Amino acid sequence: MLTKRIIPCLDIKDGRTVKGINFEGIRDAGDPVELARSYSEQGADELVFLDITATVEKRKTLVELVKKIASNINIPFTVGGGISKVEDVALLLQNGADKVSVNTAAFNDPRLIENLSDAFGSQCVVLAIDTKKEANGEWYVYLNGGRTKTNTLTIDWANQAVALGAGEILLTSMNNDGTKNGFALDITARLSNGLPVPVIASGGAGTMQHFKEVFENANADAALAASIFHYNEIKIRDLKKYLHPFVDIRR
Amino acid sequence: MSHSLHNTALPVSSSEGLAGRIAIVKYNAGNVQSVQYALQRLGVDSFVTDDEEEIKAADKVIFPGVGHAAPAMQYLRERALDKLIVSLQQPVLGICLGLQLMCKHSEEGDTKCLGIFDEEVKLFMPPVGTAGLAVSGVPVGTEGQTGSTQTGAALLVGTAGQTRSTRTNPAFKVPQIGWNSIYNFKSVLFNGLMEAEFVYAVHSYYAALGKETVATTNYIQPYSAALQKNNFYAVQFHPEKSGLVGETILKNFISIS
Repeated sequence: MLTKRIIPCLDIKDGRTVKGINFEGIRDAGDPVELARSYSEQGADELVFLDITATVEKRKTLVELVKKIASNINIPFTVGGGISKVEDVALLLQNGADKVSVNTAAFNDPRLIENLSDAFGSQCVVLAIDTKKEANGEWYVYLNGGRTKTNTLTIDWANQAVALGAGEILLTSMNNDGTKNGFALDITARLSNGLPVPVIASGGAGTMQHFKEVFENANADAALAASIFHYNEIKIRDLKKYLHPFVDIRR
Repeated sequence: MSHSLHNTALPVSSSEGLAGRIAIVKYNAGNVQSVQYALQRLGVDSFVTDDEEEIKAADKVIFPGVGHAAPAMQYLRERALDKLIVSLQQPVLGICLGLQLMCKHSEEGDTKCLGIFDEEVKLFMPPVGTAGLAVSGVPVGTEGQTGSTQTGAALLVGTAGQTRSTRTNPAFKVPQIGWNSIYNFKSVLFNGLMEAEFVYAVHSYYAALGKETVATTNYIQPYSAALQKNNFYAVQFHPEKSGLVGETILKNFISIS
């Protein structure tokens, strides 16, 4: 059976991980390759590297990093953060990234999704959506790392993006992110049940129970978390052991 | 299954002796770099080439691929790589799109393929409206699931209360992305592996079961996870991204004498 995926997310700045503590056996918690290898050994199904470096010249560091990750890690990984050009994506994929995630640039120019999908196939195009539930009960798309509100409903944008060729949706709830109170089950379920492509739930993971809920009650195909893994609050191996009786999981 | 979690394999002891010269076919589809890195981790050198003589002279040939069948076949034909590949005598390993192109025909772009294998390549078609939604609390993706509380919507709607029409089972997304288990091994590729090991796959099209099937996977229905005919081997999943299980499969391939 196809299993639910557990995905640690690593924030990268200037080629180094931003968060992270010292795991056992890791000499340098700031080294993305070491951290990635550790997650892979713990049983992570995939990795996401989110580059928060702003400047263009630092982007070259990212390509070098992708090369290093791909030559050391034997599980799939996605690279995201400020991607706006087909040429950038070509470089990342050629150097060993399996997928790229696009966010603000795709919203501002949806043809980017179409162009990426045509050039490389929809299987490597992940659309990242930052979403927030407003007082009227609806979920809206936010851009620029959550700083800019739009008047577009998240499900409308997700539908459009999938029609254009997005092969997967990485959905981050701003209401839940950082709270450790659990994933946003309602919007995750609406997207996962309504879209023909996989949905990765992100934001709010605090306990192992939260992962069970997002898989069982919101039909998420994958769940992503950062700090609880980085600070070793939940070990991926323990999480998978916990989930195994309830959901199909790779062990 | 337990060793899926360990992600480093021992290097192949004598890479030149066991593996020989490994050519990776260069064409307009695919992430050849990842395959080369995976071989490197096994201590095996390889070279990426579309040169006929170099490919012919290699001890083993890997035919990777990610992308669309039609442009990939067109590219191969324009460079006469199609005729070359089918004529190869040494062990050949197709990966992902490589496997599909080695089949007879693909529904993707209604494409005539290399015809090494007799199988048809078809698009995954999720069953329509048979699964329960989240409210049932039943783990999705479970084989034999019968819960039917509500059908999904043809398209998501922005406002609640709009008409919902029947759509496909939300448990089966296309493309299939992720780790799935493989069974019924009938090839040296799977030496040393246990049934139901997990491998990583990303694909919307699949090769149907047939006489050349040497491993199966279930997604919507059983399909060929691997095919083999004489010196031609192929896997639908990505061994280069499948942890230690994938490394074992690659090691088995490069160890074929």
